[in-house]
Amino acid sequence: MTVVIDGREVPVNGERNLLEVIRKANIDLPTFCYHSELSVYGACRLCLVEVEGRGLVASCSTQPEAGMRVRTSTEEIRQIRRLTVELLLANHDESCPTCPKSGTCKLQDLARRLGLEEIRFKPTLRRAAQDRSSPSLVRDPNRCVLCGDCVRVCDEVQGIGAIDFIHRGSHAAVGPAFGKDLNGVECVLCGQCARVCPTGAITPAQEIPAVWRDLEDPSKTVVAQIAPAVRVALGEAFGLEPGTGLSGQIAAALRVLGFSKVYDTSFAADLTVLEEGAEFVRRATADGPLPQFTSCCPAWVKFAEQYYPDLLPNLSSCRSPQQMFGSLAKAMLPDLLGVRPEDLVVVSIMPCTAKKFEARREEFATGGVPHVDHVLTTQELARMMEQMGIRLTEMAPESFDMPLGFKTGAGVIFGASGGVTEAVLRYAAEKLGGAAVEEVAFPEVRGDAGLREATVNVGGRRLKLAVAHGLKQARQIAELVRAGRCEYDLVEVMACPGGCVGGAGQPIPGDFDAVRQRAHGLYETDRGLQFRKSQDNPQLAACYETTLGEVGGEKAHCLLHTHYQSRKRIADEDITLMAGPGAEKVKVRVCVGTGCYLRGSQDLLHGLIRRIGELGLSDRVDVQATFCFEQCDRGPSVAVGDQVLERCSLDTVQEALVSLVT
Amino acid sequence: MSAVTAPSSAPTMVRKFEKVCAILDQHGRDPAKLIPILQEVQEEYRYLPEQVLTFVATSLGLPPARVYGVATFYAHFALKPKGKHVIRLCDGTACHVKQSIPILEAIRARLGLTETMDTTPDMLFTVETVSCLGACGLAPVVVVDEDVHGQMTPESAVALVDAIVEAEGSR
Repeated sequence: MTVVIDGREVPVNGERNLLEVIRKANIDLPTFCYHSELSVYGACRLCLVEVEGRGLVASCSTQPEAGMRVRTSTEEIRQIRRLTVELLLANHDESCPTCPKSGTCKLQDLARRLGLEEIRFKPTLRRAAQDRSSPSLVRDPNRCVLCGDCVRVCDEVQGIGAIDFIHRGSHAAVGPAFGKDLNGVECVLCGQCARVCPTGAITPAQEIPAVWRDLEDPSKTVVAQIAPAVRVALGEAFGLEPGTGLSGQIAAALRVLGFSKVYDTSFAADLTVLEEGAEFVRRATADGPLPQFTSCCPAWVKFAEQYYPDLLPNLSSCRSPQQMFGSLAKAMLPDLLGVRPEDLVVVSIMPCTAKKFEARREEFATGGVPHVDHVLTTQELARMMEQMGIRLTEMAPESFDMPLGFKTGAGVIFGASGGVTEAVLRYAAEKLGGAAVEEVAFPEVRGDAGLREATVNVGGRRLKLAVAHGLKQARQIAELVRAGRCEYDLVEVMACPGGCVGGAGQPIPGDFDAVRQRAHGLYETDRGLQFRKSQDNPQLAACYETTLGEVGGEKAHCLLHTHYQSRKRIADEDITLMAGPGAEKVKVRVCVGTGCYLRGSQDLLHGLIRRIGELGLSDRVDVQATFCFEQCDRGPSVAVGDQVLERCSLDTVQEALVSLVT
Repeated sequence: MSAVTAPSSAPTMVRKFEKVCAILDQHGRDPAKLIPILQEVQEEYRYLPEQVLTFVATSLGLPPARVYGVATFYAHFALKPKGKHVIRLCDGTACHVKQSIPILEAIRARLGLTETMDTTPDMLFTVETVSCLGACGLAPVVVVDEDVHGQMTPESAVALVDAIVEAEGSR
């Protein structure tokens, strides 16, 4: 089948819609609301084309048909496009030079492409407050064009729905429920909304000034750790192709920026492989529980804490490579570098917005001092280099500093979906098999599919593996585990499509192909390295000898492992049902969340209210319905005063209540 | 005017919550029934309290932002408590040309309300405008609770308000 586009015949080979056919013909129709991985929305009207016999249609929502004759640029279409952009700008914060998206903003670029010279309409923008509540993301409703990309990526790719359209007409906006800020809702801070946002309405939070301050402070020794995914994407900000490996240039540039030492998060990824691999071998050969979920992705960890608190024992207790590096650096480097612990500053450079949140988790601080002091995204690092005027691509490559800068190929592929699994397999194959294994590549776990399964024979054992990227896919597996129908041994989860290479802190990719190329770049680096199995990393062995003791041992556990906490999705939403007038009252909160509801919490609540009346305690007790205590597996849960009771019956609640009241 | 509506008593709160549970169950906790569920819940509470909306969302397995989005989309749903008496003034084309705005101004002045503050602090009155009641022959129209009053003037509208205030005060 062919269609005729602007007079040229173009073949159609399974493209989903006319827009994709037109783009294949090298006509880059502008769009705000079209992303190939999301559902078609058809709202921005920028992809309008003229189809002979039909008039103007939105090409994103039109199926190609044989012989269709399409014109993409007529005077009428150009006028409509200009008018659309003009109207958007009349309702937009136009302080472009100071917008974080300046230079990469689609609206700005489109105004330039269309040659807009003035906005004829009266500005209608009603100023709304920015949301800077989260450590990872900034929402600026004044720059929103209501394309809904963020709403759809949060719902369709991540399965969360933390933001949605609210109000309507001229009051329409995108935001979290009840006008709350991002920090008060179930957002996991993956930042995929910022990746798809065409304007500056949602952007990664920046902490560049704080890093400059520490770099310039003569009393501080500032060291950098750089995540694997950063090195294959940073070049895009300097005009290079996605996937171009720049480790050497980045190391040199970081030293020019003022970093004393340049280390590699891949080293900590090797460390993760040993610890997580040992944990897996222990679970697989002893008492489980299986599957073991990976815990490198902070967005996934927050997701699990919110939605699957009952599965937290299945999460590997390993800290993420960023945090392993952080605690190890704060433990080792003061002696090694001869600096006072309080003068050591650890800056990580990450492809990720959720890493900013992770670094602020209270588990990852000692005496109030965080193990990782600042987290910069790839975008921010590029910005700092631009601020200084560093010509990254012209730098002579330098090497990373030892010992924390030495890595194996296994630590490098951590940045791609499937990479953590493959790295652990390279370790487990030897550990479970008991002999050295030459074969290091496990192509079964590589690929693009959102949910991949593989069965691998290692050391005579059949291991069933699953690799998920996109939290919606992770949810599928978690539901299987919850239902007791999961046969996997090891499940890798990365929140972002493509894994960390597709993180929201990376330069904005044109399409998913760029993410694929970045992953390819990591696998290429892996192939070229001397060591490709984490257990072969000689610096790692030395590190265990001097600081960490045994793999999986007590010291290692203290520095490299963590614990998780169940987490409320929505803050402050208890429903008060009974508020006694008495002075000293006991607060009873009954969970009516789904898990507890299924276990009969609603009947329990009704019974309890009756019982309190019968006992004559109505003025001594406040009863609230709440959701949830996030211990759904042990419901129904009831809090009596400060005590949370599990698997409650009416009598156990009464007992606890009476003992507290009398 | 004195405060008339006391805060809901404990039995009322419990009864309302049990009603919400019953509404959810009647609709099989089906997310596709969100709008009828919200309508019935609003009949219980006379508005949609935030906590109850979160409870409805959790019970239906929907993100709270989705439920909030639906509740803010339709003018029918109220997210703030409304007064005991709701006065709706029609400002559709026919009523507008028949001088509905002076009526609105007179009612607001009588109750000390403004465009942004539409409910009296004692929770007795809420004053709203609607776009057309389909009773253009009676223009200008004021609806007090369920009763339609046609061919109003600022004076006759204020008299309606006075009558309610008097009735409430004498109880």
